[in-house]
Amino acid sequence: MNDHHHGPAKGLKRWLFATNHKDIGTMYLWFSFSMFILGGTFAMIIRAELFQPGLQLVEPGFFNQMTTMHGLVMVFGAIMPSFVGLANWMIPLMIGAPDMALPRMNNWSFWILPPTFLLLASTLFMEGGGPAFGWTFYAPLSTTYAPPSVTFFIFAIHLLGLSSIMGSINIVATVMNLRAPGMTYMKMPLFVWTWFITAYLLIAVMPVLAGLVTMMLMDIHFGTSFFSAAGGGDPVLFQHVFWFFGHPEVYIIILPAFGVVSQIIPTFARKRLFGYDSMVYATASIAFLSFIVWAHHMYTVGMPVAGELFFMYATLLIAVPTGVKVFNWVTTMWRGALTFETPMLFCIGFIILFTIGGFTGLMLAIAPSDFQYHDSYFVVAHFHYVMVAGAVFSMSAAIYYWLPKWCGKMYSEGMGKAHFWISFIGFNMAFFPQHFVGLAGMPRRIPDYALQFADFNMMSSIGAFIYGLSQILFLFNVIATIRGGKRISDEKVWEGAEGLEWTLPTPVPFHTFSVPPQVR
Amino acid sequence: MQLFGDNPVLNTVAKMVTVVIGMFAFVFVVMVPLYNVLCDALGINGKTSGERYEVVQIQVDESREVTIQFVTTNNEGMPWEFGPTTTMMKVHPGAVNDTVFYARNPLSRDMVAQAVPSISPSRAAEYFHKTECFCFDQQALQAQQSVEMPLQFIVDQDLPRDITTITLSYTLFDVTDMVKDVVASR
Repeated sequence: MNDHHHGPAKGLKRWLFATNHKDIGTMYLWFSFSMFILGGTFAMIIRAELFQPGLQLVEPGFFNQMTTMHGLVMVFGAIMPSFVGLANWMIPLMIGAPDMALPRMNNWSFWILPPTFLLLASTLFMEGGGPAFGWTFYAPLSTTYAPPSVTFFIFAIHLLGLSSIMGSINIVATVMNLRAPGMTYMKMPLFVWTWFITAYLLIAVMPVLAGLVTMMLMDIHFGTSFFSAAGGGDPVLFQHVFWFFGHPEVYIIILPAFGVVSQIIPTFARKRLFGYDSMVYATASIAFLSFIVWAHHMYTVGMPVAGELFFMYATLLIAVPTGVKVFNWVTTMWRGALTFETPMLFCIGFIILFTIGGFTGLMLAIAPSDFQYHDSYFVVAHFHYVMVAGAVFSMSAAIYYWLPKWCGKMYSEGMGKAHFWISFIGFNMAFFPQHFVGLAGMPRRIPDYALQFADFNMMSSIGAFIYGLSQILFLFNVIATIRGGKRISDEKVWEGAEGLEWTLPTPVPFHTFSVPPQVR
Repeated sequence: MQLFGDNPVLNTVAKMVTVVIGMFAFVFVVMVPLYNVLCDALGINGKTSGERYEVVQIQVDESREVTIQFVTTNNEGMPWEFGPTTTMMKVHPGAVNDTVFYARNPLSRDMVAQAVPSISPSRAAEYFHKTECFCFDQQALQAQQSVEMPLQFIVDQDLPRDITTITLSYTLFDVTDMVKDVVASR
């Protein structure tokens, strides 16, 4: 409506100096997709090497760099920024705010990311290669035995932490201060709630990660011995600090995904979300529990039995709030007027596959049996079921769900459904067999394996290629939609959709809610 | 906390920044010291105290014998010859025992080493007291030099009766570069 007064600047300046939450959200989303392709390329190299036993394509050292960079790029470059992008786009629209609370900091927290990943990727071309110690970068692999480029890796982690912290502070400040009149906390859409809690998790644990890499830096360059037994330190301390960050980190990744699914399922079930209050409390409980379960990643380091039992019971307790969520989603669908558009398909795929990943998580949580599964392909299968089928599926659902609202054009439903089914089949073909080879004893992070695992690995590789290619279809669909999709103008793109964002005109104008809406 | 008067956004930011700084400090002033204190106090990881044990009260328990095994490992790349002169001893809890380890630097350059002890079973760590140990200090050996290093220890008379064998393991680390760094930075 007031486009001609305050429209976006022209050309590159619009993006470089962007302070509009929609522009910044868009940049985050495109950036994270490019990182998704980069991390996916690394994954394709891994799967190509594992297509057959023996060494075919790459050197073992380079293979290690690929597993490390795949993990780092996917976690810090693809999944986390994609949800920050979605938060930027949707939180102001959902709570009736004109923009994020701190637009200039918002600009900064995005623009730190591209140079940081350029720096991280450039380590692959440095002498001694890039990081090759796994995305968990356990000392002393990442200190005593690390390639010289590890210092660049440490700097990159510092910058990523800075970006995440600024992004989170912005989200907390927005949610706490810019809600429209009448939008009480318990009226906030669940996506806002899950991000609000996620932002607190980030603010609490990103400084711990920064402290950890700072200790590494001091061990490598300044003669301290935090993680070196020779100087009185202990490498196991590294694992404790890392997982004190790392376990909340996996919920940082998955909680916004829970939020997305909680928005989409009611729309296509044409019912209110079942158990809204319990969803909020379950999210908060999961966030709290994430701080007291970290040592379940390290049952085999030689903890006292009392410690193993504590972390085992605390971990199993997480199944309760998570079960509440799955129950609520299923109950929302129960006797609803269901339709199966692409976003809904991805959400149902999410519920099924995430629940499988949750069950394998319970198996891993049981300390005595974890000694068998530890560091095997079973673990790889487990976390890809929760990370890919959890976070990435829900992200795909979110794009299909909100893209028509953002750009006022409808995506191709046929291509979207094809994307879903190809990625669903490819994903399961890639990762389901990994449960079996893992239980049979195939360790993770190896470029070669015993002959008995050959068939399942070939199947896994073919599945991974299928899944990878399906993302090209996704990209094509998104570009085709933006360029020449069928124009729509209904405020509610989906007839069952509820919430403030659907009261705005379609496509969403550059400036929204300059006058706060009144929420009843 | 109302640092920024009536600007609620900046007040929120100030609170959050405080949390960030607090969590960063938490790593260094809580997590690291707490880990070391807990490991020392509970003997987790088989860590034994790096401090000299002051004998409080000696009361030899002649009624039982405990087997002490000595194991040594050279950390990766450490070329020294290093080992116990006696691999096994039978001792009474409460008695003061002496043994000797030997080390030889076979290279033609001076080196500094640090031995790091560990006890198995880890439950026994808090009952194994060293009154004198070469692991309390770094060992500097000139090229081709060899040395005999004393160890004096007492097994506490409160050692649980079901523990009949204690293994004391030493890992020898090459710390020549670390010591040089310290010297160079002075």
